[in-house]
Amino acid sequence: MKKILIIGATSAIAQEVAKIYAHEKAELVLWGRNTQMLDIIAQDLKVHGAAQVTNISHDLNDLDAHEKTVAQVWNQLQKVDVILLAHGVLGNQLEAENDLDELLQIITSNYISHVSLLTFLAQKMREQKSGTLAVISSVAGDRGKQSNYVYGSAKAGKTVFVDGLRNRLFTAGVHVINFKLGFVDTPMTKDFKKGPLWAKPNLVAQGIVKGIEAKKDTVYLPFFWRFIMLIIKSIPESIFKKLKM
Amino acid sequence: MNEIQNDPWPSWGLYPSALNQSYQDLLSRLSLIPKEFDTILPRGFGRSYGDTCLNDHGLLLGTSRLNHFISLDESNGIIRCESGVSFDQILQLIVPKGWFLPVTPGTKFVTVAGAIANDVHGKNHHAAGNFGHHVVCFELLRSNGERLICSRTENPEMFFATIGGLGLTGFITWAEFRLSKIASAWIEQEQIQFYSLKEFFELSAQSEEQYEYTVSWADCVSNQSDIRGIFMRGKIASPQAQDNFKVHALSSIKTVPLFFPEWILNKFSIRAFNEMYFRKNLSEQRTDIIHYDPFFYPLDSIHHWNKIYGHRGFLQYQFVVPYKHDSGKALAQILDILKRSQMGSFLAVLKTFGSKKSEGLMSFPQEGVTLALDFPNYGPSLLKVLEQCDTIVREAKGSVYPAKDARMSAESFKVFYPRLAEFEQYVDPQFSSSFWRRVK
Ligand SMILES: Cc1cc2nc3c(=O)[nH]c(=O)nc-3n(C[C@H](O)[C@H](O)[C@H](O)COP(=O)(O)OP(=O)(O)OC[C@H]3O[C@@H](n4cnc5c(N)ncnc54)[C@H](O)[C@@H]3O)c2cc1C
Ligand SMILES: NC(=O)c1ccc[n+]([C@@H]2O[C@H](COP(=O)([O-])OP(=O)(O)OC[C@H]3O[C@@H](n4cnc5c(N)ncnc54)[C@H](OP(=O)(O)O)[C@@H]3O)[C@@H](O)[C@H]2O)c1
Repeated sequence: MKKILIIGATSAIAQEVAKIYAHEKAELVLWGRNTQMLDIIAQDLKVHGAAQVTNISHDLNDLDAHEKTVAQVWNQLQKVDVILLAHGVLGNQLEAENDLDELLQIITSNYISHVSLLTFLAQKMREQKSGTLAVISSVAGDRGKQSNYVYGSAKAGKTVFVDGLRNRLFTAGVHVINFKLGFVDTPMTKDFKKGPLWAKPNLVAQGIVKGIEAKKDTVYLPFFWRFIMLIIKSIPESIFKKLKM
Repeated sequence: MNEIQNDPWPSWGLYPSALNQSYQDLLSRLSLIPKEFDTILPRGFGRSYGDTCLNDHGLLLGTSRLNHFISLDESNGIIRCESGVSFDQILQLIVPKGWFLPVTPGTKFVTVAGAIANDVHGKNHHAAGNFGHHVVCFELLRSNGERLICSRTENPEMFFATIGGLGLTGFITWAEFRLSKIASAWIEQEQIQFYSLKEFFELSAQSEEQYEYTVSWADCVSNQSDIRGIFMRGKIASPQAQDNFKVHALSSIKTVPLFFPEWILNKFSIRAFNEMYFRKNLSEQRTDIIHYDPFFYPLDSIHHWNKIYGHRGFLQYQFVVPYKHDSGKALAQILDILKRSQMGSFLAVLKTFGSKKSEGLMSFPQEGVTLALDFPNYGPSLLKVLEQCDTIVREAKGSVYPAKDARMSAESFKVFYPRLAEFEQYVDPQFSSSFWRRVK
């Protein structure tokens, strides 16, 4: 039986990933901050076939709680096969340009909390010498642009951290994978006008589980974002800086 | 015209358009109804054609976050889920376990609450009644914060007002209903050509005993004097050697990316399509074993097929009239009007409803024969013809289906739905819709 830890388990994408593992009759631990939603999701996962679901309700930006909560997870599961880090906030870029609180909120939610968690998770994974650490990042981290560079820089920092961690844990038999997502139709993006590039969370979740199974390193989802970002990254900065994006 | 295109929350027929609709999702089934809007209408997948799922200048309160299952009793086939769970999601879960929806409309992209609010019917009406007949209970959230558990024994008045209640009695947060057991995910389907209404009624009478599912496609545009068509009847096939409980595929979905130019569908192309469809059956009768997906949901394989009608949108017209006492005279009269008007319908679907009485105060189905037609939005000339049809339906003591309506008059509505006054006392004071303001 697979044992799965989902961090940021109320995320629409994370819920779809959890459902796929529930179908495989996995045991899951869900970690998020909204107790009521976690209960609703746990019920849903049991209907989908999960062997057992345990909830941990704790704000992920409370860094002081990370170490002991990670220990609590290992008490529950003994061994963890897959960990998904899914939490994050889009934040308000314009506000963050003038307001330190908003700036730090975005950086903490999308970067600091992740690297703190990854540090404690890595210790445990190294001890057990197996398992996969999967992190959700964003194509916004591939190149900074005025409309969301605060969010993007947090995701970019995370990418570098995750790449380094992959390198470090390789010899321990622990796999680390970074998912760079394009536009996904979720509560985070509810105010955006949707077009043909937008993907549904259940399809993205299928890509995530496939990527984990195939032990990929970096995966763009949907796949075509790899090409879109290749083009975007190839624009010379002298031109890029003049664009309104 | 552009308003339709720019309205992010149109109905399936893309007509009529609604202006200044706000949209918000209820965050969870434990949340409360927002207070700051004058009018609120719950919204499912927007698969209703006309304006029952529109709320001009008001709020659409969405169910897309209410997509969680609550419980499944696999031995007795009873499921409880949140109101925004779709039939698509339910089939994915239950088919592999040998269960099926008790009643399903012609698309699986509808929500449980949408199916309750229109008390939808399917190809098995003669055997199983409406979706509402299989609902055990649900929770109704009212704008004053009250949460009512409704069933045939608890708050029964609210239960019967909400089944077929067009989203006006409050917000359904979750529902529980019964499933039907299947021996396989496959259907044994027979298709038989018919050349007159009389033959259609005979085939219906013969088939209802032995076939759980019946429906006919009718050609209403050919030059023949009487109607012709293909009668389709099916039953769940016995267990198959391979893929017995196969679930429909997700990947085969194609999308109609753009609006088609409006000249593509005209009376000549519609007639040609109908001719071709009729001829697809090379012999007069054939039997196949087909999967439930193409049998129940032939249109689902093309996403947004509604765009083939172009920006002008289209209108559906579905009515039911009694036929047993007069051999379908009212139906024949309406077919005659339509033929003379030269208003072509791309797809005409004909079916007999059985004698099972609808339970909802405002449910559409009644014993009789039902015909569903769709028309490109031809404008005023079409509206006039449909008004003539309404007159016949009224005289015949039949009814027109609100889920597909964009035009019936308030007078007709009162005649079609004689329990309207009784229903009105259960309408939530903050709830309304474009349809409701039009016909009330
Ligand atoms: C291709 C196709 C085939 C169809 N075939 C059939 C058929 O065979 N038989 C049939 O009966 N119908 C049929 N329909 C119509 C369709 O089944 C109904 O319109 C159905 O109600 C649509 O469900 P929805 O989830 O899209 O709801 P919407 O269209 O979004 O809403 C429908 C109604 O439900 C109400 N509602 C939604 N959520 C809630 C809630 N949480 N609480 C209270 N009220 C709520 C809305 O206010 C509205 O009044 C068909 C439609 C299509 C597009
Ligand atoms: N949607 C996209 O287009 C897109 C694109 C690229 C990358 N991503 C990334 O994908 C991930 C998942 O997002 P999503 O699209 O699924 O959106 P979502 O449904 O809004 O999920 C984000 C989740 O993060 C949780 N969260 C945020 N801060 C938290 C905290 N301090 N403690 C606990 N939980 C916290 C939120 O919980 P609450 O419900 O309690 O607020 C929410 O459930 C995010 O990392 C996002 O950056 C998304």
